[in-house]
Amino acid sequence: MQPAVEFRNISKAFGPVQANADVSFSIAKGSIHGVIGENGAGKSTLMSILYGYYNADSGQLLIDGQERTIRTSHEAIDLGIGMVHQHFMLVENMTVLDNVMLGAEGGFTLAGKRKEVEKALREICTRYRLDVDPLATIHDLSVGAQQRVEILKQIYRSANILILDEPTAVLTAQETASLFEILRLFKTQGKTIILITHKLQEIMDITDQVTVLRAGRVSGAVATAETSKEQLANMMVGRPIEGNLPRAPFKPGAAVLKVSNLQLQDANKVRLLADIDLTVRAGEIVAIAGVSGNGQSELMEILSGMRLPTSGQVELEGKPLPFGRRANADGLPATFRELGIGHVPEDRLRDGVIKDFSVMQNTVFGYQDRVRNRWGLFDFDAIAKRCAHLLQAFDVRPNNPDMRIGLLSGGNQQKVVIAREVSAQPKLMLVGQPTRGVDIGTIESIHTQLLRLRDEGVAILLVSVELEEVRALADRIVVMSGGRITGELNIDEFDTTRIGLLMGGMHKS
Amino acid sequence: MTQMKTTELPRWATGIALPLLNLLSALLVAALVIHLLGESPTESMRILIDSAIVNPEGLAYTLFYASTFIFTGLAVSIAMKAGLFNIGAEGQMYIGGLGLTLAVLAFDQTLSGWVVIPLAMLGSALFGALWAFLPGYLQAKRGSHVVVTTIMFNFIAANLMNFIIVKYLIPEGEQNPASRVFADSAALPTLNTWFPVFGDTPLNIGFPIAILALVIYGVMVSRSTWGYQVRATGLNQHAAHYAGVRISRTIIVVMLISGALAGLAAVNSIMGSTHYLSLNFPAGAGFVGIAIALMGRQHPVGIFLSSVLFGALIQGGFDLSLEKPNIPVETFIFIQGLIILFCGAMEHFYAPALLKLINATCKG
Repeated sequence: MQPAVEFRNISKAFGPVQANADVSFSIAKGSIHGVIGENGAGKSTLMSILYGYYNADSGQLLIDGQERTIRTSHEAIDLGIGMVHQHFMLVENMTVLDNVMLGAEGGFTLAGKRKEVEKALREICTRYRLDVDPLATIHDLSVGAQQRVEILKQIYRSANILILDEPTAVLTAQETASLFEILRLFKTQGKTIILITHKLQEIMDITDQVTVLRAGRVSGAVATAETSKEQLANMMVGRPIEGNLPRAPFKPGAAVLKVSNLQLQDANKVRLLADIDLTVRAGEIVAIAGVSGNGQSELMEILSGMRLPTSGQVELEGKPLPFGRRANADGLPATFRELGIGHVPEDRLRDGVIKDFSVMQNTVFGYQDRVRNRWGLFDFDAIAKRCAHLLQAFDVRPNNPDMRIGLLSGGNQQKVVIAREVSAQPKLMLVGQPTRGVDIGTIESIHTQLLRLRDEGVAILLVSVELEEVRALADRIVVMSGGRITGELNIDEFDTTRIGLLMGGMHKS
Repeated sequence: MTQMKTTELPRWATGIALPLLNLLSALLVAALVIHLLGESPTESMRILIDSAIVNPEGLAYTLFYASTFIFTGLAVSIAMKAGLFNIGAEGQMYIGGLGLTLAVLAFDQTLSGWVVIPLAMLGSALFGALWAFLPGYLQAKRGSHVVVTTIMFNFIAANLMNFIIVKYLIPEGEQNPASRVFADSAALPTLNTWFPVFGDTPLNIGFPIAILALVIYGVMVSRSTWGYQVRATGLNQHAAHYAGVRISRTIIVVMLISGALAGLAAVNSIMGSTHYLSLNFPAGAGFVGIAIALMGRQHPVGIFLSSVLFGALIQGGFDLSLEKPNIPVETFIFIQGLIILFCGAMEHFYAPALLKLINATCKG
């Protein structure tokens, strides 16, 4: 049978960077094909070529055996290629129906077509067991349901080849399972699925074939049945990954952070955090596990001074944190930093760095008051010296202090943030999603840094949605769901099923 | 991802090549218009450069106009650094003129210039800052967009000044809507005292003061921790908050400084030339400040060069209209408009083409 998609010697360069080099592989019709690789391995570029965002510099692209040049995403759609982006492309305040019709209105007025489309959507939903109400408004839907709308949109536009870019990044375990059900159903109906992910378990669970990309080239192509997670990881990174990183024996000191009865409501009196009690001791990593959006971000924001709690006590080394009777948290993070709270924010580009500042300027970000002379001017010599030292010690690549940090890879940006926060010698370190969007090689180096900080006696509160990461770093695990702490366990009690249930809001019975 | 490298222009391109290309385009359109008016563009250009730059007296006039523009350009630039688009420099300069006039009218007949001039400067800065305070406050605390509020404040300023001048400041028995003429103690010392080559021109110590302001601005913005916090606020408020910057206070302080700088623009224009407060004396200098800030990319050198350019256009355009009766003075308001259009609204018009060119040359 003819393959649905065939890449032949595809190459694409951006200036000096070779994003794809001589990529060749084919995707069988009616199969689920995984494409994995580290960040920057060229997965997205390759899919963008398939979806018409970029043109390849050389090589051929065959769809159903015919050579094609896809110049725009419209041409891709016409060829039956659909893409579900990692970040949904939906208009929040429109209904599902209107979102599907957007761009395919087919006339001056909508009224007539609407009935027709609604009927078609209901048919598709029944046939593919997509649980979506066409008349629901997007912002009322859960993330998983929004993703089903994206899929529905593609199916309605008669996509036969469906590209899913990191589809499970935002889903709970249950939602992931039901997404996979849908994908399997698609497969039986003869549709071709391309799954881009960096989660090896998902590849093992659902795909038929896997193509591994490394540095823009195909570094492995195997049938899923004949491979293992370890082998795939090796192909992704090019070397075996250490299982367990060395750490000193667990000898926690005095309590550094003590949170009691913390509550947070938003302006509409919606409870975001309820009854949070939490202690982090010196020399201990406490990991908060949970699906993202269950209050972890808000908790970290409060502890770093970026947001005021509604009520409750927070103590650092026995002294209450000065939330005071402020109207807003303006300037409070600076106070908390002075008290010895370091913060690696979970959304690096939103909070952690200024993209348009140089690497050097970012190494003093948040600590700008500590590097000025008595005239209020920067002591550039001291900053440059400090920066050179940090880039060296944390192996930031390229080692160029004057480069805009936005041009660094996600992993290296994160190294700069961690270097900055670690070098301030905090007593308490708040770490949110430290390896989100970071490649495997860098994950190891970031984990090593955090463990060293723990061994030096710093109290660390970690938020992570990756259970692998929680297992690798934590001494104690706290599980959050719906703004509450639903359970707590020591690392030697680590049990994926139990944590999964707690993450779903189920208290142990 | 690394692909950003070539989707971005290098700094020399955005800082120098793009503004020059935009300026050239504006001048080309201007040349076409002059041609249509029946005059030779090349000869007109020669007259323009001659009378605005080459001739020392002409140059003095050019720099005199530029001194005002440097202040309005700085006013708009500092706000832009904090991510605020202050459209209100015109109104702030106008109200600044009121502060200046009140100070001068109170003291010019009793005190010497050493006291009156600093007091007048203080008055203009204070009034300008006050006029910018409310938009700044509303932006910081209530989220009212500063573009909208400052535009409205321009209208309020215009009508308020109309009222104040006509009702209170016209000397008894006069018809002209203007304050009385200031005493000599309130006249800024002209530079021809020290440099006779400038002849009988109004170029005054306002020019070196403007240069000083440029230097202070440059140091504050790029070397001080305060400027660092301002820039961080302008680029990414979330991150600035994370870094402990007090966002509301920064916004209000920056608007106060912006207003003060706009107010100071009144000093050169009133105390350097007319010596009385008249209706609508800013005559668009505040709006020219927007063009200057955009074209000069909020960089001190860029602000200086664009201010001189606009000064030269006024001076050269005036002389040109005298020599070429076919070219009315209004032509140069038109050319100003073209420059604002190309350098402001169409700032990145040539960016994609330039990017392609750079990529092609790099590869080839």
